[in-house]
Amino acid sequence: MEKKNSVGIVETKYYTFAQVPNQLILESGEKLSPITLAYETYGALNKEKNNAVLLLHALSGDAHAAGFHKGQQRPGWWDSMVGPGKAFDTEKYFIICSNILGGCRGSTGPSSTNPSTSKPYALDFPLVSIGDMVECQRHLIDHLGIKKLLAVVGGSMGGMQALAWLVRYPERVKSAIPIATAARHSPQQIAFDEVGRQAIMADPAWLEGNYYGGHGPSKGLAVARMIGHITYMSDTSMAEKFGRQKKDRRQPFKFTADFEVEGYLQYRGDNFVKRFDANSYLYITKAMDNFDASGGKPLYEIFKNTDAKVLVIAFKSDWLYPAYQSKEIAKACKLAGLQATYCEISSTYGHDAFLLEVKEETHLIKHFLKKVFYEYEVTGTYEI
Amino acid sequence: MKYESIHLEHRVILEWVKPKSSVLDLGCGNGELLYILIKEKNVRGQGIEIDDQSIYNCVAKGLNVFHGDIDSGLAEYSDKSFDYVILNQSLQQVKHLNSVLLDSLRVGKKVIVGFPNFASYSARFQLFFRGKVPVTASLPYAWHETPNLHFFSIVDFLGYCRTAQVKAEKRAYLHTEKQVRLWPNLFAQTALFLISK
Repeated sequence: MEKKNSVGIVETKYYTFAQVPNQLILESGEKLSPITLAYETYGALNKEKNNAVLLLHALSGDAHAAGFHKGQQRPGWWDSMVGPGKAFDTEKYFIICSNILGGCRGSTGPSSTNPSTSKPYALDFPLVSIGDMVECQRHLIDHLGIKKLLAVVGGSMGGMQALAWLVRYPERVKSAIPIATAARHSPQQIAFDEVGRQAIMADPAWLEGNYYGGHGPSKGLAVARMIGHITYMSDTSMAEKFGRQKKDRRQPFKFTADFEVEGYLQYRGDNFVKRFDANSYLYITKAMDNFDASGGKPLYEIFKNTDAKVLVIAFKSDWLYPAYQSKEIAKACKLAGLQATYCEISSTYGHDAFLLEVKEETHLIKHFLKKVFYEYEVTGTYEI
Repeated sequence: MKYESIHLEHRVILEWVKPKSSVLDLGCGNGELLYILIKEKNVRGQGIEIDDQSIYNCVAKGLNVFHGDIDSGLAEYSDKSFDYVILNQSLQQVKHLNSVLLDSLRVGKKVIVGFPNFASYSARFQLFFRGKVPVTASLPYAWHETPNLHFFSIVDFLGYCRTAQVKAEKRAYLHTEKQVRLWPNLFAQTALFLISK
């Protein structure tokens, strides 16, 4: 399916590395081998190899950021931002979107086959961290022959990865755009994640994680997703979308979903189960909860190791990743003397805004990337 | 853009700021002044601005800006982290003028302040003869829609500097793109000071 300004038909690619004896040593000290990462690329890498932008997705995202898979009607998750003339202009930049370690969308995770047992890892899969995910992406970037990324960009968990890139590989990123994210989770964020995990583990079909081949904890995972969706929206956006509208027909059961919002959450939950692995949900949310960009030290001290330019974006109605968390990142940039910009976009969409406020994000990102790519201080001609 | 088309106010500041210095512009608006300072004097510039649209305009110019208010944006900077802190036409709009000014003097080695003179003759005339809150070129807002929270004159500001033991190193008094030499508190619409502590 071809559309205007679309990157068109795309395919997910896979990169496998960390073969024995070069196993990847995780932050936990455990070894993992082999590892496959799913990724997609759009646009072309230039001769100087200095136009590569790495997109990092959120909790439930995947490598398919833009364009269409053959025969599919739904474009990638950030299609509104990636393509010719868009914020991530594929005519100028080489865009890479990488899936994550621990995921279930083509990369190695708990649902992958454990080579030593020839069965799915399930809970034998080691705990992974945001840092481990970045380590894997670094292998991918090496494989693609890129020494320095023009930008690392991501919203929510993707933003955490962008921060982890800045901290781990300051010499390999020219700029970072963390969006609607945090340097570390607050107790409230951990609490929501924990409720999601408990919902999965309370499902009798979870079977201590050994559900592969069976039905799996679909009810538990759906409830986890429903909780997630509540936190991604705002009071206002829910009121606007659903009001107190009731669904058409009443059904005999007393606790049928009467209100539209109930139906919506159930639909979202049920849909999620079809494409996401419950164990991955446990591993990834745990990685987010354990993440601390600066490892307990003040963030600005760590940021002193880099001269990357930073664009921090937050949204006014986002209560899951409130603006104060982005401000803290911006503050650390200030104190470290980095060239940084912080913008709080007016939006009523809540945390979801980072996928929806396309116009404002496009303006900010387009100009920011241009500045970083062409290395100018300010734009425009000026004469005396 | 040509040099002549730069406002006198900005030209004065341009003269005062040393090349390659670091500048924090509090209430940088659409970033015109920062833009000129970077182009002309190669300064390392940073802005703070509260208005959404202004932030977008600054980013389009390639400037580094923080979206936020001046009242809370200064505390986190360490002492003398900038050569200059600029408060051009923004000091009269902050909630806590005294603490913002003192904090600016802490964060910047020098502070440049530009404000509308509330005691200019046209303001005095409107207040005295017409009994109305003045609306002038430098105080363009009607009483019910002004963003200004503080109204003060050149004499007031100099008095403040004496009491707060702030040194006024340089000053410029302006009226419609011209410098005023005689009786500035009566004839100047806008005043600029370079101060330090």
